[in-house]
Parts: sequence; C-alpha cells; structure tokens
Amino acid sequence: MKTIHVRYFAMFRERAGRGEETLSLDVATAEDVFVQTRDRHGSTEPLGHCKVAINDVMAEWSSAVQDGDTVLLFPPVAGG
Amino acid sequence: MQISDKTIAVEQLRTQMANAAAGGFCVFEGWVRNENEGRTVARLEYEVYEPLAVAEGQKVIDEACRKYPHLDAVCVHRSGLLEIGDCAVWVGVAAAHRDEAFKACRYIIDEIKIRLPIWKKEHYVDGDSGWVNCERCANVSHRHNDPGP
Repeated sequence: MKTIHVRYFAMFRERAGRGEETLSLDVATAEDVFVQTRDRHGSTEPLGHCKVAINDVMAEWSSAVQDGDTVLLFPPVAGG
Repeated sequence: MQISDKTIAVEQLRTQMANAAAGGFCVFEGWVRNENEGRTVARLEYEVYEPLAVAEGQKVIDEACRKYPHLDAVCVHRSGLLEIGDCAVWVGVAAAHRDEAFKACRYIIDEIKIRLPIWKKEHYVDGDSGWVNCERCANVSHRHNDPGP
C-alpha cells in the first residue's frame, strides 16, 4: 500500500465533496489512482478525456506513482 | 503566460508589445458570450490551477516560437467570475511578417484551450449552472489537435 495525496479540481472536486484527500491505496500507476478514486466517488468521466499531473508535473496515465506522491486529477479542460 | 483575476488591460498589453522590428501584430480576444448550446448564459466562472497553467502555457508559447518564428508573444487568461462581454483570454503575437503572426496566434489559442488546467462553469439565467466539457470529446474520432469552432 502507498500513501497518495490526491487533489481534485472542478467537477471532480464537486463530486468528491472535497478538494483533496490522503488515501492509502494499492496502486502502481496514475491510472490506478484515477480508477480507484473514480469508484470511490462515483465519477463516470472516461479516463481518455482527463489529464493527470504528479507532484505538479504533467504525467501520463501509465506513469508510476511512489509512496508520498501528490496526484492531481484534472477533468476535461475548457480554457478560452 | 499570465493568469489574472482582474480585467485584462488589453490596451496596456498592446502598448507593451510595441516593437520596431515588427511588421505585423495579431491579437485574439476570447469574449464571454450570452449563449451556449441553446441556453442563455448569465456569467462564467473560470477555475485555474495556476502553477501548471502558467508552466504549460509557457510551453505552448515556446512551441509557437519554434514553429512560427516571431518576435514576441503574450497570453493572459482570466480566472474567477466573468460577465457577458468580458475578455476571457488575450493572445498577442508580434512578428516581422503577418504570416508568422497569424499562425503563431492561432497555434497558441488552439493549444491553450485544450492543454491548460482551466475549467469553465456556465451560470445560466434560469439559475442552473454546469461545467463545460470539451464538446468534441464526445466524438470518439475527435483528436485534440483539431482546431475548434
């Protein structure tokens, strides 16, 4: 198990009812964090529409997560 | 690349970008409009994760500089609550010739819209509100390098 600090934004924050939380998760990649938190909060957004950052650096869903990492989950963006 | 929670000072930005070597200056301003998909919009709210929006926005500007060599490029994106008619995003590019100015400006706004961690919530006149998804994501064939409408 790893301790992962997860941050939520926009619709993810509203769905989770919080902006961040620290979880003990059995995860290897950013995708694992997305799936487990999605199941936890009942989100239905497809992974392919979302983006992820690890420790404030944009990452891939296949990127490895380490114990103590902060994973930022971004729902579909809409700038401009 | 800048994020601002205040009205974008467009005249000031334009003045600051004056450059004797520039033969062309191209500006794109994104404005808050009063309608989206048949619903009447009262105002918009932008949520921005500033550390990564600035970093990724600067990356976009640097890419534009390599692809379409120009003299100067600036982008400012709003955060917070905006009213109808407000300027939500401003992109200015100064170049020796117009072709690079147009192309770099187009590249920057197109990439800004799909890559920066910025989210838009529409507040409607009927009191409802909702986050705006990238509509084209609903299309399975959609790729994020297609220019938007």
